[in-house]
Amino acid sequence: MSFQPIKFYQTGTFTVGNRLLDPEQRSVQSHQDRSNAINSGHRACQGCGEALGARYALDAAMEATDSQLIAVNATGCLEVFTTPYPETSWQLPWMHSVFGNAAAVATGIAAALKVKGRNEVRVVAQGGDGGTTDIGFACLSGMFERNDDVLYICYDNEAYMNTGVQRSSATPPAARTATTMPVGPNPGNVFGQGKFVPAIAMAHEIPYVATATVADLRDLEAKVKRAMEFRGARYIHIFVPCPLGWGTASHDTIRIARLAHETGLFPVFEAEHGELVSALPIRRQVPVEEYLKPQKRFAHLFGAKPMLEVIARIQARADHNIRKYGMLQEEEAL
Amino acid sequence: MLKQIEGSRAVAEAIALCRPEVICAYPISPQTHIVEALGAMVKGGELAKCEFINVESEFAAMSVAIGASATGARAYTATASQGLLYMVEAVYNASGLGLPIVMTVANRAIGAPINIWNDHSDSLSQRDSGWMQLFAETNQEALDLHIQAFKLAEELSLPVMVCMDGFILTHAYERVDMPTQQQVDDYLPPYEPRQVLDPREPVSIGAMVGPEAFMEVRYLAHAKQMQALERIPQLAAEFKQIFGRDTGGLTHTYRAEDAETMVVAMGSVLGTIKDTVDEMRDDGHRIGVLGITSFRPFPLVQVRAALQHAKRVVVLEKSLAVGIGGILSTDVRMALSGIQLHGYTVVAGLGGRAITRKSLHKLFREAEQDALQPLTFLDLDWGVVNKQLARERDMRRSGPAAENMLRDIGTVASRIS
Repeated sequence: MSFQPIKFYQTGTFTVGNRLLDPEQRSVQSHQDRSNAINSGHRACQGCGEALGARYALDAAMEATDSQLIAVNATGCLEVFTTPYPETSWQLPWMHSVFGNAAAVATGIAAALKVKGRNEVRVVAQGGDGGTTDIGFACLSGMFERNDDVLYICYDNEAYMNTGVQRSSATPPAARTATTMPVGPNPGNVFGQGKFVPAIAMAHEIPYVATATVADLRDLEAKVKRAMEFRGARYIHIFVPCPLGWGTASHDTIRIARLAHETGLFPVFEAEHGELVSALPIRRQVPVEEYLKPQKRFAHLFGAKPMLEVIARIQARADHNIRKYGMLQEEEAL
Repeated sequence: MLKQIEGSRAVAEAIALCRPEVICAYPISPQTHIVEALGAMVKGGELAKCEFINVESEFAAMSVAIGASATGARAYTATASQGLLYMVEAVYNASGLGLPIVMTVANRAIGAPINIWNDHSDSLSQRDSGWMQLFAETNQEALDLHIQAFKLAEELSLPVMVCMDGFILTHAYERVDMPTQQQVDDYLPPYEPRQVLDPREPVSIGAMVGPEAFMEVRYLAHAKQMQALERIPQLAAEFKQIFGRDTGGLTHTYRAEDAETMVVAMGSVLGTIKDTVDEMRDDGHRIGVLGITSFRPFPLVQVRAALQHAKRVVVLEKSLAVGIGGILSTDVRMALSGIQLHGYTVVAGLGGRAITRKSLHKLFREAEQDALQPLTFLDLDWGVVNKQLARERDMRRSGPAAENMLRDIGTVASRIS
């Protein structure tokens, strides 16, 4: 590993950069010999959360497996912006089949590797929220219940971005999408629908389930590396803001992702064999308005007459998550 | 070794001799006995170095096979009917990617109305999917075709469906000559993939191709099937050298010499047709048979050569292209373009309707007199059809058509002729 000397005076935190840390504590991404599994030159939008999340996740998985990794991709933004032929950003063996079958294709790859005795080679399957929580859900659940040796990573940007921002079952209430327009008496996506696949993954009692955001990339890397320590089905659900679909500034991707966690709207946790083992604590719970306001997909909540009742219902969802996953516990303990 | 076994069992044993590495199974009648037998062989250790995966749908079955095949494993699955339709997106994907998966289709009707019995609607719906389709006439041929199918698929990097009539073949106990492992090993070399997912040599498989090359990539699939037209007869000849049996090939004629009337068909119904033709030949009728083994690629040249000297051609098919008539007959007609002869499409045996020698005698005699309609539905109960048509004319809320027609017939679930 290359080593850069510390030039700034600061200690005791991961937030100011890897150069201040002992080399063994530094992130995978800070290594000059990282694999660059998705290399530069791809066509993701400026500020794309998915591109960032995928890069960190796969480089971490590559390091954990000594580059003995095969990736499968569902149809979607990630598949499109990293290709088309003859160009490819993928520096590892990579396969795209169709929209809804990434988990099953990965099962097939894992089976072939097993029968060929190549146990050192691992498989990661990836999809967006549409490819995971909707069209690919049957294959995903099948892979989970069979406990196939696959790490599935969902990059969740809360709608079908590749086709032009349509609602998925991961779209939050009140959000504007092309199929849940901010019109009528109840603008945006409805309340009381949708699913949170990490909880469903836990219900399968698979060895490892985790959530992460692109705001805390060290946490993301650690979870990917942890996932690779298990055999069997594993699931990581990464919250990845989409500037285009959400109507956020490209430079706000990390901030929005951090706010999603700090409001409690997106719980960040780990579970093993169906049981919660840790939750990333929140130092101070942020009111949901701070998360909602910078996003044009929620602009209809903040017009001349703010929709206070809707905002309160969103706040209630955040509060529920914080209670359910014990996200403020550590703070209280201090 | 001669054995008296069920068709499904024969196919399963043949598949096992082909040393498959990944088998994915999802139950659907009438293919289920095949994967059940294979599952037992893997679990019992009889079939070693093979992963048997119970998947959650046919879509997953084909997808698992895709992943396994792309990783260099010999992959196999089996399906039928609704199952084949449920996996269609992955079926096209497998051929588009050039993955040599072999799949048994235990031919069965497609609903609605739901029906578990045999016809060819399922695999024929996939005629343009890019898969090769070989149709078995007997259980022996089904067994043999699977062995040939792996070799054909892997040489050309294209998937193959081996189609065998559901129940009629899959559930029939017949004598078969089961090859030895040595024979199959001599015939079928280990799979050497053209493309493989391997960290030692990373490739991207399945990325987007735009208008600048899509036509060329698709043409390549056609070019490979044209190569298969040459390779399939050679594979049959090589098969005969090792196994001593004439099996496979593109087409087979039967008593076609000097025939004025030629009957064209696929699958097990050829047996009934040949029996009927034998009887008619004994009575002096100049009638012969053309059996088509390779439906895709379709052997236009061989079909034309076999039929061009006849006066009339009767295509008897277990499928219906709603809105035009026949599927197989459309292809046969293409083979005969420019030749003046009478052509008849006979849709028969849909949903397991028995095709009897009695009906065939009548049909073929009418054909000889050119008294057939261009599109004939064998043994169709016109009374029931006309009554329902009248009912729909007379009232708007006529209810479920299928129920009405069954009530008119008067519940005879097992009536076959």
